[in-house]
Amino acid sequence: MSASLPPPRLPELVCPAGGLPALKAAVDHGADCVYVGFRDTTNARAFAGLNFDDAAMREGVAYAHRRGSKVLVALNTYATTTAFERWTAAVDRAADLGADAIICADAAILDYASRTHPALRRHLSVQASATNYEAIEWYRERFGIQRAVLPRVLSLAQVEHTLARTQAEIEVFGYGSLCVMVEGRCSLSAYATGESPNCQGVCSPAKAVRWEPHGKGMRTRLNGFLIDSFEADERPGYPTLCKGRFEVGGETYYALEEPTSLNTLDLLPDLMRIGVSAIKIEGRQRSPAYVAQVTRVWRAAIDACAAAPQAFRPQPQWHAELDALSEGQTQTLGAYSRPWR
Amino acid sequence: MTDDLRRAPRFTLPAPVAWVVARLPAGPPAFLLARALDAGVGRIVPRDAVAPLQGKRFALTVRDLGLTMHVDSTVAGFRVSRPPFAPDLAIGATLADFIALARREEDPDTLFFARRLAIEGDTELGLVLKNLLDGIDWPTVLRRLPSMRVPGIGAR
Repeated sequence: MSASLPPPRLPELVCPAGGLPALKAAVDHGADCVYVGFRDTTNARAFAGLNFDDAAMREGVAYAHRRGSKVLVALNTYATTTAFERWTAAVDRAADLGADAIICADAAILDYASRTHPALRRHLSVQASATNYEAIEWYRERFGIQRAVLPRVLSLAQVEHTLARTQAEIEVFGYGSLCVMVEGRCSLSAYATGESPNCQGVCSPAKAVRWEPHGKGMRTRLNGFLIDSFEADERPGYPTLCKGRFEVGGETYYALEEPTSLNTLDLLPDLMRIGVSAIKIEGRQRSPAYVAQVTRVWRAAIDACAAAPQAFRPQPQWHAELDALSEGQTQTLGAYSRPWR
Repeated sequence: MTDDLRRAPRFTLPAPVAWVVARLPAGPPAFLLARALDAGVGRIVPRDAVAPLQGKRFALTVRDLGLTMHVDSTVAGFRVSRPPFAPDLAIGATLADFIALARREEDPDTLFFARRLAIEGDTELGLVLKNLLDGIDWPTVLRRLPSMRVPGIGAR
């Protein structure tokens, strides 16, 4: 690299937390930002017992701020007309509790936030499904979003193309479970359970999930529907319809999506070169142990890449550690790597 | 906080242990488990947080120990279940994996994906329990319980 070029700005490491211990684990292991949700349907991980009440949120924000980390509050579901105030109240609570930004998908909530709390940073959620710079600029011009989280459907070249043409900061997913990738538009779960992530905040609500022993293996049912069957040595994934195996044309296979985890450690020099502002780790539903492990690996990787981008090679133990945490049997570069495009 | 401590060793108990333990009564360990859970309610986790567990029956199987403990969550606290057992939620893992979970060295989803943690029955109940345990802020809890403070834990 030429000595005249400024050093690359480090992307922020954005880590998930489903509760206070996970938030502390993220901060302690080097997260620049921790993203969290309130204990209701205003976020897309509205699982029983997960997330923050106001007291925990206040304590979490204080803990993060004391150590120089930021707290981003996900308000990333779409507001329902019958309970619109739940979402606007959540915006107010995030602002009052000292959040550094909110992550929103719904234009009406972004509009409310920009009028009511103009000083509170607004990030466009991946659930808004803005896949091109025109859409991102539209949100920026209307609602003053400072950052957009890109859906996991773009190739690296498309990320670069988008990033170069918007004034908003760009955040991309770096690691975690993949979903069928129609972010903001998926209602598969609702066909089987009546609930879907964008409205009720849950994909495959736990009350509809049953793991049944079957011979030496296991079967997964979603609201009674058989969606997968595992041999004793097979790794199951999350019990979602998109990751089920179905009989299509006489063959039984992962007809929609294989249970895999995204892992972009190998792309880190490229992501930093094109200037992504933040790298997001999936998994607010996971435990503090997962948050600590993933955060530690990614902190080390980003720091190593910043120190010597051209010599950067992910260490085998980083891959091994992330591999052990993964959903499904493989890791993938996902849509980032589309050599045929 | 686990970084301050040595990681728990990975081990599986030798098969004869399970052979022997499976032939012993499971009542006494289940009684101790119920007492230990009761000791935590109201001190480690708030009483209202365990309300969703009330009226539910649990089975905890330590696979390599050949031991299954059955406990009920009642209004009066945790009690040893009476047969016939019909747990709402059954959880199974090896002793080493239970210890690693308790020490937050392993993530339950990770162990589940690797088939090292089995969960049967009411999945939502399992999730409530998992999130309840994940939500315990040990340093804060231990600060409030000076008598329970262990060197190296909760000192920060």
